[in-house]
Amino acid sequence: MSAAMTIRYYFEDLAPGLTFDLGSYAVERDEIIEFATEFDPQPFHLDEDAGKASMLGGLAASGWQTASITMRLLALGFLNHSSCQGAPGIERLQWRKPVYAGDVLSVRMEIVSARPLRSRPGMGMVTMRLSTFKQDGQLVMTYDNPALFTLRGDQS
Amino acid sequence: MIGYFEDLAIGETVELGAYTFERQDILPFAAKYDPQPYHLSDDGAASTHFGKLCASGWHTAAIFMRLAVLKKQELIAEALAEGREVANTGPSPGFEDLRWLKPVFVGDTVTYSRVITGKTESRSRPQWGVIHCDNHGVNQNGDAVFFFKSNVFQERRPA
Repeated sequence: MSAAMTIRYYFEDLAPGLTFDLGSYAVERDEIIEFATEFDPQPFHLDEDAGKASMLGGLAASGWQTASITMRLLALGFLNHSSCQGAPGIERLQWRKPVYAGDVLSVRMEIVSARPLRSRPGMGMVTMRLSTFKQDGQLVMTYDNPALFTLRGDQS
Repeated sequence: MIGYFEDLAIGETVELGAYTFERQDILPFAAKYDPQPYHLSDDGAASTHFGKLCASGWHTAAIFMRLAVLKKQELIAEALAEGREVANTGPSPGFEDLRWLKPVFVGDTVTYSRVITGKTESRSRPQWGVIHCDNHGVNQNGDAVFFFKSNVFQERRPA
């Protein structure tokens, strides 16, 4: 964490049940095609007609892009103001609805569990549940993200 | 993994290829999608427990997807050239147990593979089944750095 950033959230501040609204992000057609070209070049992420002919029903963003956009909002809206020290992984990610060009995604995070680590004094594991919605309120993606946070201890 | 759902065998493994994570790849991905200090600069990383600049875990995942799609396209082209049948692959409803087992630092080369672990018929979509795979990423030292369990729709053989 750079000295310029102020840590507002340590492990002790992250009680289960707390929720955070992490802002929104407009998904443009050009960005869908740019991401898909580089990372997920399947026809339904690159071309309108191929999208319409597929299960997705239209040109749709790669699910990995929806996850990456959610990561951006989580970093800017929360993690960069926290004592987070990285994440071991992701649990049970569900892609529930396609994301189309012009959709505006918004992300909500809820703390679902928090426990200090016996094996690493001064650190705790916090599980964040991420939910990504469209402008009409439809849930498009959800996953659980365990992550390590340092304890405030007596620093403050 | 280009045959019909019925033709794919549990245990079938595909080597997906390797990718070297260079600074010029790590920085723009992080700036756009994962702007945390340890993914953005050497100085920012130095004071964290990573110690050095490392790739976003979502970047490691996105490169898995790139290599998986490119390998599939290569296998499809081979099959079509030999006159073999090719089935459609659909989207994925999600995944489980994604693990970022070790950091991927600048210059690390990750080699990816996938193995079929299970098959589920789709009740709601009779023309599709779901293929379950374990997906692995290993670095140049032989250390596992990435893992997840994927689920992807695969077309069934037409009746």
